[in-house]
Amino acid sequence: MNPFQFTRVTTPKAAISAVTKESGTYFLAGGTNLIDLMKREVILPERLVDINRLPLATIEKTATGLRIGAMAKNAAVADNELVKKHVPLLSQALNAGASAQLRNMATVGGNMMQRTRCPYFYDPSMPCNKRSPVQAGPDKGRANGPSGCGAIGGHNRMHAIFGASNKCIAVHPSDMCIALVALDATVNVSGPKGDRTIPFSEFHRLPGDLPQKDNTLLPGELIMSVDLPTNRFADNSYYLKVRDRASYAFALLSVGVGIDMKRGTIQDVRLAMGGVAHKPWRLTAAEAFLKGKPATEANFKQAATLAMQGAKGYGENDFKLTLAPNAIVDALKTATKTA
Amino acid sequence: MTNKTKNPPIDRIDGRMKVTGGAKYFADFELPNTAYCVIVGSEIAKGAIASLDTQKAQGAPGVVGVFTHQNMPPIPGWDAPVGGEADGPAPKPKTEETYRILSSPKILFDGQPVAIVVADTYERATYAASLVKVTYTKQAPRTDLEKHLSEGVAPKGAEGGNYLRGAADGYKTAPVTLEAHYTIPVEVHNPMELHGILAHWTDDKQLMIYAKTQGVNATQNAMAQAFKIDPKTIHVHTEFMGGGFGMGLRTWPQETAVVAIARKIGRPLKLVMNRSQMFTLVGHRPYTVQTINMGADQAGKLIGIAHAATAETASYEDFTEATVNMTKFMYACPNVSTRYRIVRLDRSVPIWMRGPGEATGAFALESAMDEMAHKLNLDPIDFRLRNYSETDPERNRPYSSKNLKEAYQRGADAIGWKERRNQPGSTRDGGWQIGYGMSTGVFSAFRWEASARALLKADGSLTIQSAVTDIGPGTGTALTMIAHTVLGVPLNRIRIEYGDTSLPKAPTQGGSAIVSAVGSAVYDACTAIKTELMQLALKAGGPLAGQQTDELTLADGVLSVSAEPKKKVAVSDLMQANKLTVIDKTKDSKGSPEQEKYSMYSFSVHFVQVRVNPLTGVVRVSKAVSVADSGRIVSPKTAASQMIGGVAGGIGMALTEEAIIDHRFGRFVNNNLADYHVAVHADVPAIETIMIDKPDPIINPMGAKGMGEIALIGFAGAVANAVFNATGQRVRELPITPDKVMQKLT
Repeated sequence: MNPFQFTRVTTPKAAISAVTKESGTYFLAGGTNLIDLMKREVILPERLVDINRLPLATIEKTATGLRIGAMAKNAAVADNELVKKHVPLLSQALNAGASAQLRNMATVGGNMMQRTRCPYFYDPSMPCNKRSPVQAGPDKGRANGPSGCGAIGGHNRMHAIFGASNKCIAVHPSDMCIALVALDATVNVSGPKGDRTIPFSEFHRLPGDLPQKDNTLLPGELIMSVDLPTNRFADNSYYLKVRDRASYAFALLSVGVGIDMKRGTIQDVRLAMGGVAHKPWRLTAAEAFLKGKPATEANFKQAATLAMQGAKGYGENDFKLTLAPNAIVDALKTATKTA
Repeated sequence: MTNKTKNPPIDRIDGRMKVTGGAKYFADFELPNTAYCVIVGSEIAKGAIASLDTQKAQGAPGVVGVFTHQNMPPIPGWDAPVGGEADGPAPKPKTEETYRILSSPKILFDGQPVAIVVADTYERATYAASLVKVTYTKQAPRTDLEKHLSEGVAPKGAEGGNYLRGAADGYKTAPVTLEAHYTIPVEVHNPMELHGILAHWTDDKQLMIYAKTQGVNATQNAMAQAFKIDPKTIHVHTEFMGGGFGMGLRTWPQETAVVAIARKIGRPLKLVMNRSQMFTLVGHRPYTVQTINMGADQAGKLIGIAHAATAETASYEDFTEATVNMTKFMYACPNVSTRYRIVRLDRSVPIWMRGPGEATGAFALESAMDEMAHKLNLDPIDFRLRNYSETDPERNRPYSSKNLKEAYQRGADAIGWKERRNQPGSTRDGGWQIGYGMSTGVFSAFRWEASARALLKADGSLTIQSAVTDIGPGTGTALTMIAHTVLGVPLNRIRIEYGDTSLPKAPTQGGSAIVSAVGSAVYDACTAIKTELMQLALKAGGPLAGQQTDELTLADGVLSVSAEPKKKVAVSDLMQANKLTVIDKTKDSKGSPEQEKYSMYSFSVHFVQVRVNPLTGVVRVSKAVSVADSGRIVSPKTAASQMIGGVAGGIGMALTEEAIIDHRFGRFVNNNLADYHVAVHADVPAIETIMIDKPDPIINPMGAKGMGEIALIGFAGAVANAVFNATGQRVRELPITPDKVMQKLT
């Protein structure tokens, strides 16, 4: 691990100012991902700004739904009564992620900021455009190792089937974010130029030519909280995570479902997938198809087919082209209790 | 005799120490003025170091030295292979390449040490190691066994010879035949405890070592050979080990290098490797491809089996294991041929991993037996019983003991085998399909040479000593139980000392042989004490004079006449009367020529129930029953634990474990515990263990055979067979991950 400066702050303003002032400065929340990346020399920060003392861990009811503070621990959110009652999908998704020890440390904001688990990103001797962008620029930082994409033509079993580019086929690894994008969350951020709100579906981005950029945050911006609007999905929601072992494994792919059902008919539905794209992947075409239709296996299969439009495999991950529609059908059947 | 009655379940004697931090592992030892070292590994798999810049590292805070091929201190014994098995069989046949750590710029495998950085703290050594800059001249590595299968060579020695009984292609004449190919990937031992060593030259000729080794005597001999010094001047200590699974069966080159550097710098030196180095520097289970041809008649009698295996090894050393051996004797079959080949690749050398080659071979043979049973529309147990070998067909001699039929029956009853339908895909529960599978495991039961010392004091306490290391199965508990049974000393008055070369010599812990080997020595030493006590009591003028030895009972510190318990003498009184403060006996123990007339094996049967989601391909082992036929069980609780551990490892082997290489680079891409999936608690159901617990009359006085390997051997096949029964999908490539099982949506 490289030597670095360490600053502890107690107000968001001080945190934002510290990160804006010097390049190579990173917020440190739970540290469950950042510290690993530092040990592996994937990220070489000059300075860490510890935001664990910021008073941002509240989970509260608001006029329009729920507000969850960015520093709330994953375990605390998953076990929160309001969350379990109003957005059980979020609770399920959080509990499907990582291990109990990690969930006790990891925060909501940090979970959104976690980097891909692509092995080529993690190993500075391997080519990676995300870690070592081709063009030097403001996002380059002090990155290590060769550019290129090791996963294309390499070990890409875990990789994207939607929205990838020829620079990067990595996926966003979060479970929590699949629930948040499905539930129409919004992200409240504060930065050097003031506060703003970002729709969750626009928070993460596709790799395009800038795979080093995971999200649309501007330099110095700090995640303050996440808002979840009131919904009617609590009775029929399900998070299906398909993985290589039963716990402590990233998703081969996952499906988050929330359905508003009335007498066997789907009034409204939210569908999102994880492990398939550089961002949490919302299945809007499938949602539109299912709305107003009876909850039948035939309809689920057709929705799954619609969801797969534009999917593309890269060799080892071709199986996801079969697994994804299967998982969508399985998740819909479970959520609607028609299995 | 110990073996006539079942032994009571006793708690693990060191359990409390282990869970309270009282047990000291090698890295727990601290010596004054210790320096710490960190290995810099090659980032290529084949080629050479082009340039090496250590200047920045040398100038980093706390750095004591940076050692590379340019300044590595000489190791006098380097004319012999460094890290060879000092107590093992004859030296390995010469390969074209040789690997001597830090001796040349040549790179032979991914992660090969290119520098060892020494500093006053581990953290400073780690930082300085990151400052070593290396450039390479790369060559295209050959690491993919599948692409080089045709380059297999027949290894020399017992494991390499082709075997033939009857006609090699006898299977072809059978009315029902099958040919199937089975693959297992690279698996890595990955015990929780990281590998390493602490070496301290107290002067230029006296060496103290705390190591992670499965055999302190083996490490002592290897270092004596490497440094050309008298083994008596080397003291090795390894009392506890946080899991070995085979990776500690030899002394690895980096350990020898640490000892050499420690001498050079004149300070104690400690190495604790990191997790990714556990994938390249301490061996692995080799990637192996197998083909089984099998023929049977309509009555379910095997006509012929041909079993061929090809496994990877390093370019610089031939590694072999007994992958095809089980096929030679497991079933009564007139025509059997086996063939074993190795392919030298640009990979680090493999090493035995729990159940070694037999676990690999059993996956193929026991999957094929299931496939054939299905073709014949026979129950898989019935098919095995129709081909049961009552005597060893390979060596034409009786088994010393074999209770496998009883094991099949008891396991079948416990798993609920009668619920199984022979037609795959017959049983459902909601969206899940349920299947049952079984498989046999077998491993040689050894009786190696070992020594032990027993000291009975007049205060009634007993001390047992042996150099053997307890790698975790409960060796200390089992040895305590044996001593208790012979001498009747209460368990809490028995102290055991082991894992140190100052104690009587013992073999390396491996091959499921320690209770048999060291246990026999303990038995003999304790029996010698008992004999002396009886002689003292029975001699003229003695308190029990006039009685015969076989009329006496020794229990709880009292020697009494069995038929007249009032006629007795306390052992302490007897010793005091004879002015003895201690009776001290050391015994060497080994098998008898009589044993040559028998084939000695331990057997197991594994049964599993699986639940399979046909849409997602997810397989859950929902029930597991493992039955051990391994003679008299010496310590029932630790034996059950050992079986449970084997099953947990077996679930990993079956469903999750695979070390993945990107062959473009010849390097691992999942060399960490997040991406290399050992089974976690959520993958492992409650496991029922059943011990046949019948003594083997031949192997040793306890009647005990080993069980470490059979706990794992065969388990993966049972899972694959259950997945087939659940779904009709036959998976022949481990691990059985969801993508191999999911069925296309129709």
